[in-house]
Amino acid sequence: MSAAPIDLPRWADTALVPLVSVAAALVVAGLVVLSIGESPLEATALLLKGSLGSLEGLGFTLYYTTNFIFTGLAVAVAFHAGLFNIGGEGQATIAGIFAALACLWLAPLPGILLVPLAILAAAAGGALWAFIPGYLQATRGSHVVITTIMFNFIAATLIVYLLVEVMGKTGSMQPETPDFPKQAVLTPIHELLGAFGLKLPSTPLNTSFLLALASLVAVWALIYRSRLGYAIRTVGANPRAAAYAGIPPARIIMVAMAISGALAGGLAVNEAMGVQHRLVLDFTAGYGFVGIAVALMGRGHPVGVSLAALLFGVLYQGGAELSFDKPTITRDMVVVIGGIVILFAGALDGLFRRLVASVLALGRGG
Amino acid sequence: MRLKSLALALAGVALSAMGVMAQTTIKPAIVYDKGGKFDKSFNEGVFVGAEKFKAETGVEFRDFEPTNDAQIEQALRRFARDGHSPIIAVGFSQATALQKVAAEFPNLKFTIIDMVVELPNVQSVVFKEHEASYLVGLIASLASKTNKVGFVGGMDIPLIRKFACGYVQGVKAGKKDAEIFQNMTGSTPAAWNDPVKGGELAKSQIDRGADVIYHAAGGTGIGVLRAAADAGKLGIGVDSNQNMLHPGKVLTSMLKRVDVAAYTSFKEARDGTWKPGVSVLGLKEDGVGWALDDNNKALITPEMKAAADKARADIIAGTVKVHDYMSDSKCTM
Amino acid sequence: MNNPHPAIELSGISKAFGPVKANKDVSLSVAVGSIHGIVGENGAGKSTLMSILYGFYEADAGEIRVRGELRRIRSSSDAIAAGIGMVHQHFMLVEPLSVVENIVLGAEGGALLKRGIGKARAELARLSQEYGLAIDPDAIVGELSVGLQQRVEILKALYRGAEVLILDEPTAVLTPAEADQLFELLRALKAQGKTVILITHKLREIMAVTDRVSVMRRGEMVAHVETERTSPAELAEAMVGRRVLLRVEKTPRKRGAPVLEAAGLSVIDERGCETLRDASLTLHEGEIVGIAGVAGNGQSELLDVLAGLTQPARGVIRLGGKILNAADRNPANLRRLGLMHIPEDRLRTGLVTAFAAAENAILGYHDDPAFGRGPFLSPTLIEQHARAGMQDYDVRPVDPGLKTAKFSGGNQQKIVLAREIERAPKVLLVGQPTRGVDIGAIEFIHRRLIALRDAGVAILLVSVELEEVMALSDRILALCGGQITGEREAVATDERDLGLLMAGVSERAA
Repeated sequence: MSAAPIDLPRWADTALVPLVSVAAALVVAGLVVLSIGESPLEATALLLKGSLGSLEGLGFTLYYTTNFIFTGLAVAVAFHAGLFNIGGEGQATIAGIFAALACLWLAPLPGILLVPLAILAAAAGGALWAFIPGYLQATRGSHVVITTIMFNFIAATLIVYLLVEVMGKTGSMQPETPDFPKQAVLTPIHELLGAFGLKLPSTPLNTSFLLALASLVAVWALIYRSRLGYAIRTVGANPRAAAYAGIPPARIIMVAMAISGALAGGLAVNEAMGVQHRLVLDFTAGYGFVGIAVALMGRGHPVGVSLAALLFGVLYQGGAELSFDKPTITRDMVVVIGGIVILFAGALDGLFRRLVASVLALGRGG
Repeated sequence: MRLKSLALALAGVALSAMGVMAQTTIKPAIVYDKGGKFDKSFNEGVFVGAEKFKAETGVEFRDFEPTNDAQIEQALRRFARDGHSPIIAVGFSQATALQKVAAEFPNLKFTIIDMVVELPNVQSVVFKEHEASYLVGLIASLASKTNKVGFVGGMDIPLIRKFACGYVQGVKAGKKDAEIFQNMTGSTPAAWNDPVKGGELAKSQIDRGADVIYHAAGGTGIGVLRAAADAGKLGIGVDSNQNMLHPGKVLTSMLKRVDVAAYTSFKEARDGTWKPGVSVLGLKEDGVGWALDDNNKALITPEMKAAADKARADIIAGTVKVHDYMSDSKCTM
Repeated sequence: MNNPHPAIELSGISKAFGPVKANKDVSLSVAVGSIHGIVGENGAGKSTLMSILYGFYEADAGEIRVRGELRRIRSSSDAIAAGIGMVHQHFMLVEPLSVVENIVLGAEGGALLKRGIGKARAELARLSQEYGLAIDPDAIVGELSVGLQQRVEILKALYRGAEVLILDEPTAVLTPAEADQLFELLRALKAQGKTVILITHKLREIMAVTDRVSVMRRGEMVAHVETERTSPAELAEAMVGRRVLLRVEKTPRKRGAPVLEAAGLSVIDERGCETLRDASLTLHEGEIVGIAGVAGNGQSELLDVLAGLTQPARGVIRLGGKILNAADRNPANLRRLGLMHIPEDRLRTGLVTAFAAAENAILGYHDDPAFGRGPFLSPTLIEQHARAGMQDYDVRPVDPGLKTAKFSGGNQQKIVLAREIERAPKVLLVGQPTRGVDIGAIEFIHRRLIALRDAGVAILLVSVELEEVMALSDRILALCGGQITGEREAVATDERDLGLLMAGVSERAA
């Protein structure tokens, strides 16, 4: 006796609904800003100017976007298999450990070998950390939501132990590894373009952004154009039909989780190899969790994910600039604004779908 | 080019100001640790020191609370570009970012707390937490009737081990056979702000017989002190004076005067006496200590005070050496 | 009990879901103290009408009168307050709770459970006595049989003071014996002055138990008749809107070699129940073997085990004379060996409704190199393939990009049919080929199956529609309680004969 599903034209589903949601979120966020005595318009202008209005701001925005593309894709791939992977944080953490081990152990190798090996190590680490919950789900029925959360904690504990006891620099307050060898570092974009004579301000944006863009294309091809992606979507949409079609759901669940974890590993590549050039505690900084909102907003489609990742990049960078310029808008206020966007675009999505559907129906004269 | 003109302009301002009075006009700024401004301990200490400076001199300061590592460097650079000086970087996690930014702006003054950054325009302030922890450990051992005391840390990181190691040495110095329970709250940053878990850890230590518990766990410690007070046992505060949280139930607080460090940095910059380099603040410099006020007067017996005073003198004189965990990443006791 | 007003009076009820008009100006009058049947094909609007009466949906237009009084029923609590109770096809019971706890659920009578339970216990005893409904109030509902669970549902409604009881397809889950007990109970309720509305598509039940019957077709009420003055044939005609061809034109079979042989198959489900017991059967080329049985008597298990979806606990399966071992018995391999399967439930098993029609047209065959190169699938090839199939099977609209959920039931079924049949199967397992399919499509599907048989394919047909089994099959096996209770040549049997076999009256005993 459930309500009839809301069917919308594709353009409305992928563009109009998210747009309406974000607009509504901005209105509510504006009211919050207004309630503390600041001008919402000015705040919006500062936010946009800070994130997109300068090359430096843009660099930071795209740096955040890189993280969100990786974690958003990770959640999206698992979504397509009907799995809710909320272990992006833990998978990225393990990926970071693997990448750091590769960078430090294989330090004598030249960059052309070391960088791909370290990236593969990161992907393998993330894949491993997601594969285990996938295996438990497939063979034991342990729910991935529970196991991936638990694995987040195990990973967090493991990295503390490793950084304090094993891999850490002695005599350093900061639990961190020694710096990676120079050739293991992913080139910052401003240096890369600087080599062509383009002068850009120094930002954390590095070549892993290109890797993120490549991942978008790869995930699109995997999910919508490959036999494996077909199997993943079938298992996610209707496991009974998958079994009927001869697609083993257990194997697909494990494969999808491993791919998901490998993508989450991209976060470690950007942070450890691209920005910090060493492994520090808590480098994941919640990006893994934001990936859930990114995937939800992006409807699991790489195009949607890239737009949602950009939106969150704008919110992160613009929010920092905003709280910098307006001390009354604290970082907690910025978190509230981000939360409102997630709430409206993710959780209240159905509300706007219904709204858009009825407006469209009116328009048709129905 | 821009930098140079900025520096010249600043110098010009400085010179003209000198003509009127013996003080420089400064534009101070603070970048807090990821823990945030109002953490009831470390960051808040910096804020309190800066507020004191502001109240005394009327000089405004800017501050920023970063949410992730990328923002630290961003904020430092933005403050620097706007000509702020001195800029205080709070916490060890800012070292790498500061290293970069301070090198880019050689004419500005930077102060980093809890870490050493060796650059000609950086002042590094580190504390001998182990010395003060030793003293509160000594007092704890004398206050304990069960001969069992506890320690609750936030995350298991070197800094907290430094606290724990000093504390253990102090306890053992008071009573050789005392038993010490140690727990860390967790392995994620949430461990700094989990009073419920802190309370549970304290309770379990009390169940095992501990009657004095020292915490070095930020916001988590609020729960530790409450659990101890509720059970009729004694807690020991950390960083700032927490005696007033449960008067008569907090034995003492280990003091780490980050407020003094912040205040001093601003004041010296204004007075023109600011110097780069490393300052290690221990008992001798009054950078660390233990709190004695109306709230815990009744708890501290004359014997305890005498023992603590003697130990303090011995440490300053060098006759008692408190081992620093950071020196070799070991706490061999 | 001479109430001049009918128990329920609906007038001019209309309800649309988007473009679909589920109810069009429906009127209905149910007399107090009667058993009133509502029949119609799947999708005729019976359930929607009852959902409106029970407050799940609000009608777009129309009035509801209860004992002459105009009522607005906007929720199930409104319905309960108006004295209307409903027993759903899928029970709304909390399995780990006891009978009495389930009965007070939602009517606890205050924050203190004890008083409510005590009151309920007394009331339950009274009701049980009154209607001869023997049931242990402290039994755990999850441990009761389906028939007893249904009684708990009925008691729940009566406890809430229901004067009018709506039963939605109550016998779909019952054994024939349980169904008979249910009918006894309904007569007892009627004797006590209660009113019963019985929704079903089984004409046998209507004839057996109702006083009056209303027929729905495509959202409209097309007939109201006294049960005594009608016949199943007349009702069937009213339901489908024209004379139904109960016989399918077919030539005598040309039986070939045996292709699929099963011997001593047993299936044990997750709860440890033996749902299929020692079943043996043989399918020959060029014949249709039908399985007759009340739903839930092992047909689904038989199909699933033959299709490789479940593994038998015991037994041997031979395909083309070769024994299939456990590793061979998976759907992918069986397809390769020429055993295709049209599942009973196209929505839950046979299709991914969220996919475009084109994508469903390759379900189970997505590894076929014909659909793309290497690990990739080609959208163009998939679409071409789907378009050809849709044209061939008269799927409307011919739009391979349309989401499968948007096709009607008949067209969805044709998508499945096209996919499985065009692969030139040697053996075709067919489950409920025409469930929820409109008449035009039924004939189309029947003709295709007969053509396939004539081309030499061995077909196993499972259907809850006995008429369909009789019309299509060459040979019929009856299943009851997971056991094969008899085998008949289709020409040498009739409904009564099969009914006895389906009820478990085995040949030896008969």
